[in-house]
Amino acid sequence: MNASIETAISAMTRSARWSHWESLFWVLSLAVLWLFPTKALLFSQIAIMGLFALSLDLILGYAGIVSLGHAAFFGLGAYSAGLLAKHGLGDPLLGLLGGAVAAALISFITSFLLLRGSDLTRLMVTLGIALMLFEAANRFASITGGADGLQGMMVKPVLGLFAFDLFGRTAYLYSLVVLFLLLLLARRIVHSPFGLSLRAVKANRLRAGAIGISPATRLIAIYTVSAAYAGVAGALSAQTTQLVSLDVLDFHRSADVMLVLVIGGVGWLYGGIIGAIIFSLMQDWLAGITPQYWEFWIGLVLVSLVLVGHGRLQSFLKSGIGLVFNRLGLASADQRSVS
Amino acid sequence: MTAALITYDLVKNFGGLTATDHVSLTIAKGARHALIGPNGAGKTTLINLLTGVLQPTSGRISLMGEDVSDIPQHLRVKRGLVRTFQINQLFADLTPLQSLGLAISERHGHGSDWWRVAGTDRSVIAEAVETLTRFGLADTLDTPTHFLPYGKQRLLEIALAFACNPKVLLLDEPAAGVPEEERHDIIRILKSLPADVTIVLIEHDMELVFSYADRITVLVNGGILTEGSVTEIAQDERVRTVYLGEDRHD
Repeated sequence: MNASIETAISAMTRSARWSHWESLFWVLSLAVLWLFPTKALLFSQIAIMGLFALSLDLILGYAGIVSLGHAAFFGLGAYSAGLLAKHGLGDPLLGLLGGAVAAALISFITSFLLLRGSDLTRLMVTLGIALMLFEAANRFASITGGADGLQGMMVKPVLGLFAFDLFGRTAYLYSLVVLFLLLLLARRIVHSPFGLSLRAVKANRLRAGAIGISPATRLIAIYTVSAAYAGVAGALSAQTTQLVSLDVLDFHRSADVMLVLVIGGVGWLYGGIIGAIIFSLMQDWLAGITPQYWEFWIGLVLVSLVLVGHGRLQSFLKSGIGLVFNRLGLASADQRSVS
Repeated sequence: MTAALITYDLVKNFGGLTATDHVSLTIAKGARHALIGPNGAGKTTLINLLTGVLQPTSGRISLMGEDVSDIPQHLRVKRGLVRTFQINQLFADLTPLQSLGLAISERHGHGSDWWRVAGTDRSVIAEAVETLTRFGLADTLDTPTHFLPYGKQRLLEIALAFACNPKVLLLDEPAAGVPEEERHDIIRILKSLPADVTIVLIEHDMELVFSYADRITVLVNGGILTEGSVTEIAQDERVRTVYLGEDRHD
């Protein structure tokens, strides 16, 4: 019996283990700063988009909540951090906190609208809320700067030590560290009993209720957490670009983040980050070749990915990486301890 | 001694249709109580009313002497009123171990714990393994549910409810769709359930009902036709007519 309990514990905690490819991923993401120093600004935008897509993955991939208005929370975070920095509270970490709290608050209030109804209802409700916020920001130009954007942000050095530079080195390291820490937190959340219960609610809401789970409370909780993540992404964007305009609330941002997440794969946390890398690099590369029509190729990639399916692509990549590690004589990922 | 489950004059109308018609039912503690009736007799509606999926038009429900009429579904589960489904309602991409682990953590009150890694609580896993062993699922505990054969899924359907530590367990056609050779497993496991768990069995299969139940309520057109011991019901002329009448239409 004891042996079978050990086996069961090991089976249950398998997916929560830190694997080799994750270490490799983060080492590489740090190394690119020295490999391609001139691209630091682009990298910081990728990290921020990755964080934004990660926040969408928390609700879409784990709880099955579809949203076409996730930019609402990105924008709330951006304006909060921007307004704080404009009014003398330019400490970056305070800005992140402000962005997270503002987004979490609005998402908590609006989450009740998402508890009932179909996917279509949710798409329309989230879209509608984002549209309303966009127009509100447009209307109250005295606060937000309206179409001209928010003027006069003064962002202080990170932790009072690292000032933002023109090349985006500080911006990238700062965004990367925030992304890394929030990914660690998201890992804990999705591998916890709470995270498992989200997957249960997604898979079968009726049965989740029949084993004592309150689906509504779980959905409200993850929707709020996800919005806080998006708020942090927005705040990072405001601080690293020193710019907030209506664009942060625009519909295309909600659509892009969905696109990015689907490109990288839904429901495994890294999908948003990988998607952001692919999306931005393709955008950067294609825009060089065909400045006007690059979205055609992004569209083509999207359609092929959805039709071919991620499962096959992911298992291909994972088996490839596993093979490399075996060749190097390293232990398999499964033997690592729980993070 | 209070009964396990009592309904007082329970009524459910869907528009002009009365699906549950003044049902007053008393289920004794530790009973093996079967609810039978032809299709459309209102068995499923009654289960939905008892578990809180539907709200009754009028009437009250009492569980272990406590009025639970206004309590939502998930809190009735926590008070010990648990059901299974006629059509499997499982978590397709979770393993049996994960599914049971979830139900057990939920019952222990840390189902919303978001910091601890699921599966590191020994007591939860030990209990999940024990329950899976009891239901003959120990060798497939790490297989995603949708890969399990139908008979195993049917067992998981009951195991998942059992993991909620029910005082009253409502089994909605537990052997529905299971091939003859695998029915024995299910019947054997049903017979081995602890005697202090009150069982309400909704079933079509008369053989299972007569071999398992100690008390039978017959529902027709949403209301109670009659109630009695197995022998009384087996000899009841009206019950025969109801079932023969249905056969003729088949």
